[in-house]
Amino acid sequence: MMPTKPAPADAEDRTDHADDHSDDRSGHSHRSDHAERSTVRTLLRLWPYVRPVRVRLSTAAAVAILASCVGLVIPLVLKWMVDGPVADRDPAGVWLGALYLLLLGLAEAGLFGLRRWLVARPLAGVEAGMRADLYRHLQRLPVAFHDRWASGQLLSRGTTDLMLLRMFLAFPMTFLLVNGVTILVGVIIMLLQDWTLGLVILGPAVPVVVTCVVFEKRYADVARLAQDQVGDLTTVVEESVLGIRIIKGFGRHRSQARAFRELSLTLRGTELRKARLLSAIWGVIVTLPELAIGAALVLGTVQVADGELSAGTLVAFLSTALALRWPIDSIGFLLAMTQEAATATERYFEVMDAEPESGTPEEAAGHPEDTGNAGNAGLRFHRVCFRYPDAPEGSPPVLQHIDLHVRPGESMALVGATGSGKTTLTALVPRLHEVTSGRITLDGRDISTMPRETLRALVAVAFEEPTLFSASVGENVLMGADDRAGRSELDRALAVAQADFAHTLPHGTDTQVGEQGLSLSGGQRQRLALARAVVGRPRFLVLDDPLSALDVHTEAAVEAALRQVLAETTALIVAHRPSTVLLADRVALLSAGRVAAVGTHHELLRTNAEYAWLMSGADTPDPGTLAPDNPDPDTAAADTPAADTPTPEIADGREEAHL
Amino acid sequence: MTAPTTPAPPTADDDGPDTPGSPPVDDAFDRDVLPTPPGATAALLRSLLAPMKARVALTTVLLLLQQAAVQAGPLLVAYAIDSAVPAFRRADHGPLIAVAAAYLLCGVASGGLQYAFIGASARVNQDVLLDLRGRIFRHAQALSVDFHERYTSGRLISRSTTDVESLRELLNEGLQELVTVILSFVYISAMLLWLDLGLGAVAVASFVPLYALVRMYRRRAGRVFTVRSTAIAAVIVKFVETMNGIRPVRAFRREAVNDAEFRALNHRHERINGDAMLEMARYVICSRVVANIAVAGIVLWGAYRVADGTLALGVLAAAVLYLRRLYDPIDRLGMFLNSYQSAAASLEKIAGLLAQTPSVPEPSAPRELPALESAYPGREVVFEGVRFAYRTGGEVLPRFDLTLPAGQTVAVVGATGAGKSTLAKLLARFYDPSDGRVLLDGVDLRDLAVPELRRGVVMVTQESFLFSGTVAENIAIGRPDATREDIERAAKAIGAHDFISALPDGYDTDVRKRGGRISAGQRQLVAFARALLADPAVLILDEATSSLDVPGERAVQRAMSTVLRGRTAVVIAHRLSTVEIADRVLVMEHGRIVEDGTPAELVAGTGRFADLHRAWRDSLS
Repeated sequence: MMPTKPAPADAEDRTDHADDHSDDRSGHSHRSDHAERSTVRTLLRLWPYVRPVRVRLSTAAAVAILASCVGLVIPLVLKWMVDGPVADRDPAGVWLGALYLLLLGLAEAGLFGLRRWLVARPLAGVEAGMRADLYRHLQRLPVAFHDRWASGQLLSRGTTDLMLLRMFLAFPMTFLLVNGVTILVGVIIMLLQDWTLGLVILGPAVPVVVTCVVFEKRYADVARLAQDQVGDLTTVVEESVLGIRIIKGFGRHRSQARAFRELSLTLRGTELRKARLLSAIWGVIVTLPELAIGAALVLGTVQVADGELSAGTLVAFLSTALALRWPIDSIGFLLAMTQEAATATERYFEVMDAEPESGTPEEAAGHPEDTGNAGNAGLRFHRVCFRYPDAPEGSPPVLQHIDLHVRPGESMALVGATGSGKTTLTALVPRLHEVTSGRITLDGRDISTMPRETLRALVAVAFEEPTLFSASVGENVLMGADDRAGRSELDRALAVAQADFAHTLPHGTDTQVGEQGLSLSGGQRQRLALARAVVGRPRFLVLDDPLSALDVHTEAAVEAALRQVLAETTALIVAHRPSTVLLADRVALLSAGRVAAVGTHHELLRTNAEYAWLMSGADTPDPGTLAPDNPDPDTAAADTPAADTPTPEIADGREEAHL
Repeated sequence: MTAPTTPAPPTADDDGPDTPGSPPVDDAFDRDVLPTPPGATAALLRSLLAPMKARVALTTVLLLLQQAAVQAGPLLVAYAIDSAVPAFRRADHGPLIAVAAAYLLCGVASGGLQYAFIGASARVNQDVLLDLRGRIFRHAQALSVDFHERYTSGRLISRSTTDVESLRELLNEGLQELVTVILSFVYISAMLLWLDLGLGAVAVASFVPLYALVRMYRRRAGRVFTVRSTAIAAVIVKFVETMNGIRPVRAFRREAVNDAEFRALNHRHERINGDAMLEMARYVICSRVVANIAVAGIVLWGAYRVADGTLALGVLAAAVLYLRRLYDPIDRLGMFLNSYQSAAASLEKIAGLLAQTPSVPEPSAPRELPALESAYPGREVVFEGVRFAYRTGGEVLPRFDLTLPAGQTVAVVGATGAGKSTLAKLLARFYDPSDGRVLLDGVDLRDLAVPELRRGVVMVTQESFLFSGTVAENIAIGRPDATREDIERAAKAIGAHDFISALPDGYDTDVRKRGGRISAGQRQLVAFARALLADPAVLILDEATSSLDVPGERAVQRAMSTVLRGRTAVVIAHRLSTVEIADRVLVMEHGRIVEDGTPAELVAGTGRFADLHRAWRDSLS
């Protein structure tokens, strides 16, 4: 009769707790007692979200109790009809009884509908509110948090978990109460009518509960195992899709399919174990009450025959017993849903409890150093150390004792071997990560004393991985500017980044890109990201290898245009290649987390062996390598400036390259 | 699967989109609707169930019997009241014992049959799901790269996860529910008709308005659900996009704007979600009203007739008990329709995916490569009258012929969109040519089975995806039977050994999801080591060094010079430095090979390569 889809799959897995809830009969373990309490405590955390709709929810619960009790009165009317008007052959009484039935039926229908109507909008609101809060919060959590959490994990908290919570608020929360009351009232009615029959009906309660306690633990374990295996399977699916070119490139799809099949066979085995446990539980749950009703029927029949019981009472009794089956059966899965809701709550608050980026201390606004003398103008690192907050104890910091000064209007290239900490260093400037110790100042102001908004308005960044959002090309670029920026700024930025292709897209700069729109090549995305970084004419510019995906022609054109932009900004540019380094006025060499040398490109080439090695690869500024007058590369190699500080590897490489 | 459709053409090839004319903007892929041949969904369901006809039949029989046992109860009540009571009064205990025995039998049977049924149906369900999961997986793997380039990974993943999940829910809960409901309708109606034709007729008559209600609900809820699934999809996309792009979000202070946009999307979903629940509330009220009116009517008439003496009391009691059971499942029918609707939508999407035919099919009669003639692993590659165009038109490579002798290292240069990657993908057989053939030592690539093909040609792309597992396992993808020594040798050759040894567990370090904090350049080195390990006759490197720093690139080139010796190689790079290791350079422009010669020849000439080279030189000065 209840408007809930029965969930036999989980029906019994928490039924032992029915005990904990309804009364305190012994039989539950200490463990489950504890688990139940913490479930309640976990769920109580939902209160702030439920509070605004508490009136509606409690009204709905009251309405549902009323509706349930109306349902229990119906058998009593039947009894009255059978024993009264029917036995007395009183047609008027029959009409009256039917009228009562009709009214009660209409009331029941109306009340159940009313309950749903009462909670529909408020619960949708609770779900949406929690989701909006989660999204808001996630946007403000430190980047380090996002490094640790896959977006899929966050998404499942924002979707499935919240839906579970909405369902919990709609059904289990209300109906655990409603069904408890219904069962209590029903049992009282039955005992009052005939206590022996009542006891017979109650007989199976104990064995059913014992069965459920026995199976609950095992079922919960298998269910969790199945969930994990689904997760493993999903990982294989995800990777096989994301790595499709590798799988195809190496012809490995058979072994992938084999791995997938093995995992899905394992999952099938687990699911079947789950089904076996369930079928055993259901076998007990169906059989025992049915036998009790049978016993009650036989006993009742004897009593009716003996005249100790009216026929009407027997009908009413059986009818009540039948009406109580759903509330009793359902308690198992209501508790299972409650348990799931508690897990969902935990998962939700796991994220909500994470500390957002710390606020900016107010008093710092008047920091003495804010006055900033000329020596502090520009971008300056003061003994900056950084290690990832989640780095294992004792591991060396990623960056240590960084002292670096980018003067106003100057461009500084950041060069270093793979893994030397270049990208990490750039992330510290817009405070995507917080320095572990030391300070970074912009024109003398410590960035940790600036509101992040202000800081990030001052500093524009182009990341190595150019991410575009689902919006038009124009919107994507103009994100880098304040709201007043318009067409002319957009065009200028696109021109600087050599991203004029945007005008020839199907809808020009209004063309939708990103996950939902047209997919662009890596080089195109990189140019748009660059345009985004320069569109707002920022005071400070941070570029992380901004030209890596461009072909030679485009790279040259971008460099030419970028030079003008760099002339008027203070910039930090991560560079892998001489061509990019040459955009900058000076170069800082980062080596194993420290600044090893600072100087111009040519100075460092001459004086620093590591720098020369980093720059002297194939891209060494040696136009002669393939020059027509010197077609033999082996000879050319000997002429390269890099040969000033030759490393054995390079010499080897040069020779081997043409074997 | 029954009616193969023409796969839609790729919109954006890796190097294609600079020519904005080619991608059709509005196509099936963008709307996440693949062309599904009519009846494909039903055909899919049939083909899934066909192998287990016998077990489906067994399950059905079990359910039929189980329902019969369950629904016998009220009948026994009627018999007890009308026959056993009078008999007992006559001291005839036979009927009562019969009732007791029958009830015992029914109780045990309904429990036992329930037990058997859950087991049997779980096996059917799990086998269907196993089959379906496997089919989706294998099919997705068989579909060609151009399909994957257009059908975003997110969609493919949700096909094999959420869509299969919604079918699982339908199978596990919904379908059994539906059959139970229908069976109990049939049984109870039959019982009521048998007990008393008149009462039964009234009950059956009440089905008419109920059926109308269910249909109306289904129609209205269907509309709401469609809107709701679009609304939640929009919320999800916004959510994922924000979280994946959290750095730019922060750096460009998008938080407030995003909050507002998300609020709007979220609010839309909230409203439609509320609508869906209200729709359900309406359905519950209406169906309950009809049911309760029917109950009141039947009781009135029945009681009247009992009072008249034309109906036995026991029959009325049984009728009342049956009626309770009859109308109980109506609400659940509504719930079932919900899960049915979402499963149907999912199944249709899956059917659409499965109906895609791989545009690069496996050969029906595979051939083998001829035995190598020399000690070197290289093989000759011939493009014979090859032309490549998307199926909508949009020619990428006009007809051309090209021969790469065995053992030659060929660099392909050209601007973005010149067709370099397309050339490479044709050689790797990620695509098949529209016309002409690609031959490896005289054998058409289309005639090679996958293992043979991959012994012949391996391609390293700029993507550096790492699979979960250890670094060693990731390298071993190149050759699964490789020993640890082989793996380390490959890593050393490419200059990856040092950074791998420096990882916490060396080669046994788990790379976790998507490579964790292994940098892009390091991932590319792993990809190279993998290719070295594979030891193919032809190696294609497509922008494979873009994330490496100069020493890294040097190390790779150094390794290449050893590794490529005697091997046929095609190297695509933006950077002219790569050309250094090539025996021959092809310059491409607008899909055509415009220059072809040794590096020195081309530099000495006056062609495009000489210009490019000059530009490159200038950029360095």
